Amino acid sequence: MAETTVRLPEARYEFGGDEFVFVELDREMSLQANFKAMAITGALRDRELEGVVDICPSNASYLIRLDPGKLHPTELVEELRRLEHSVGELDGNRVVSTRIVDVPVLFDDPWTKETLLRFRDNHQDPNVTDLEYAARINGFSTVEELIEAIGSAPFIVTMLGFVPGLPFCYQMVPRERQIEVPKYVRPRTDTPERAFGYGGAFAVVYPVRGAGGYQLFGIAPAPVFDGTQSLPDFHDRIAFPQPSDILRYRPIDRAEYDHVRSEVEAGTFHYRIREVEFSPTAFLENPDSVNRDLLEELYR
Amino acid sequence: MNEVLVRSGGLYTTVQDAGRDGHYAIGMPPSGAMDRYSFTIANLLTGNPGSTAALEATYLGPELEFTDSRTVAVTGANSSVTINGASAPMWTSLRVGPGDVLGFGPLKTGARPYVAISGGLDVPEYLNSRSTYKLTGIGGFGGRALAEGDRVPLGRAQDAPAEGTTVPEEFLPEFPDVVELRLVVGLCSYRLTENALNSFFDTTWKVTKDADRIGYRLRGGTIDFVERQQPFGAGSDPANVVDLGYPIGSVQIPGGNEPIILLNDAVTGGGYATVGTVVSADRDRIAQTGTGGYVRFNATDVDSAVQARQDRDAWLHKLRTVLSG
Repeated sequence: MAETTVRLPEARYEFGGDEFVFVELDREMSLQANFKAMAITGALRDRELEGVVDICPSNASYLIRLDPGKLHPTELVEELRRLEHSVGELDGNRVVSTRIVDVPVLFDDPWTKETLLRFRDNHQDPNVTDLEYAARINGFSTVEELIEAIGSAPFIVTMLGFVPGLPFCYQMVPRERQIEVPKYVRPRTDTPERAFGYGGAFAVVYPVRGAGGYQLFGIAPAPVFDGTQSLPDFHDRIAFPQPSDILRYRPIDRAEYDHVRSEVEAGTFHYRIREVEFSPTAFLENPDSVNRDLLEELYR
Repeated sequence: MNEVLVRSGGLYTTVQDAGRDGHYAIGMPPSGAMDRYSFTIANLLTGNPGSTAALEATYLGPELEFTDSRTVAVTGANSSVTINGASAPMWTSLRVGPGDVLGFGPLKTGARPYVAISGGLDVPEYLNSRSTYKLTGIGGFGGRALAEGDRVPLGRAQDAPAEGTTVPEEFLPEFPDVVELRLVVGLCSYRLTENALNSFFDTTWKVTKDADRIGYRLRGGTIDFVERQQPFGAGSDPANVVDLGYPIGSVQIPGGNEPIILLNDAVTGGGYATVGTVVSADRDRIAQTGTGGYVRFNATDVDSAVQARQDRDAWLHKLRTVLSG
């Protein structure tokens, strides 16, 4: 299968001025590149180096923010090169402790539909909805088939960012089964809070209302960001998703959407979460079987 | 409780301190004062520790009424400052009492005046910082810009420099017609042709009206990208890359004709190729460049970037010695 044959190039080290180091692991997206980013940034976190301010794994790269008064960027790059060679090669025995989470999504909902209809002039095909367009260019004969494909396999959080709490999610399927869509020709100036969008090969949930360029497919009833930290899942942090979380986007109907919304508003909602041990190597060898086990664990 | 009354918020005035570090990985930019140099000096003149929360105004400063005795100082953009309608000097420790009103007239040069008040602005901390981050409405005064009628709490004042203490001329920033910004080339600069990169440095760029704490959009030239086969997951636009992290100060060129410099409240990542990063010390100069102003980029390397930061810190340290002497 395609994913196992990905060979990563040598990492490319770049200075983002005096306060940042950017490391590109590959120019194209793959789970291998993301697993490598997670392994190196995880090892760097364990080092607790003086002068490292932020460690930001991203899809096929990572970014480190530093205090150059305490750590010179060239010294950091030397350390990162050492880490690349000691932990960057995927170790067959490596197991990641992570979570699998059920994330309900109401597809083809009235709110994102109203928004996308307002911005038809910014879109590749003004005559159809974003779901209809995405289904067509990905070879699905109906919108329902596209939605089923999104729900059939979980996604892994490969990056957080853009705005606080936004998870970039990559579906855990071989490349030939990836859904891929362009971003809007011109970004929208408005997106509903909690909108479920798709751009490139990534699915996202928009944490807050604002601009956006991803195709709009639906809306999640539960938040990914809670600045007031009132919901139980947010007591320790303001953003729910974490890197390497495995999220299953489950299509729901309007009745369930309304029910979850009422729980959120009452402050009683919590995500369905299971702690799991995840082996990247086992996954790359047999993704469908690992996904089946993950979903079984989630809904047991 | 001690507070300062806002009689007018000015154009866009927010509470800012040294920033909210340590949350970049979840997508939270640090915010904080954009012109760190002027901000720090305002605090020095009022006896506050250098990172104390102060006010950052944009173009037109606020009108503030005091309710108790304080030391106040205005730094940054070259503004007409008044106390009870009478002209007052910038870059100077000023003494005010209950009922006194600090006001602003038109700005002469620069873009952002800073107002520090002894004791600092005692708004609640959010994630260890009082800086305003408007996108998610957190920090500062209710997560927003100040408006008429606001009453902003003040902290307990410490010993301030004597009234009339003034920053010597040699420490004052300049506001040239064309602002030179040092840039470390790199990140995804491989996406540009060599000619495009040369042309980027040869162009004098004009700051558009889309210039705020999130970022500055520039106009003035067109930049060509290298042709390529689209990498999987990147997106079809020539300026697209697989979404990645953006350094603060990094420059991207969506569409090839509108460079954007990302600043303190910017998005932390996205899918556009970045071609370099303005050195941290020169963000002070961007902050003082307004819409209609001009900037040029000069290539530099990481060692010079670190040196520029150390030089600015050493200069501030020297000023601290001068003022306390």
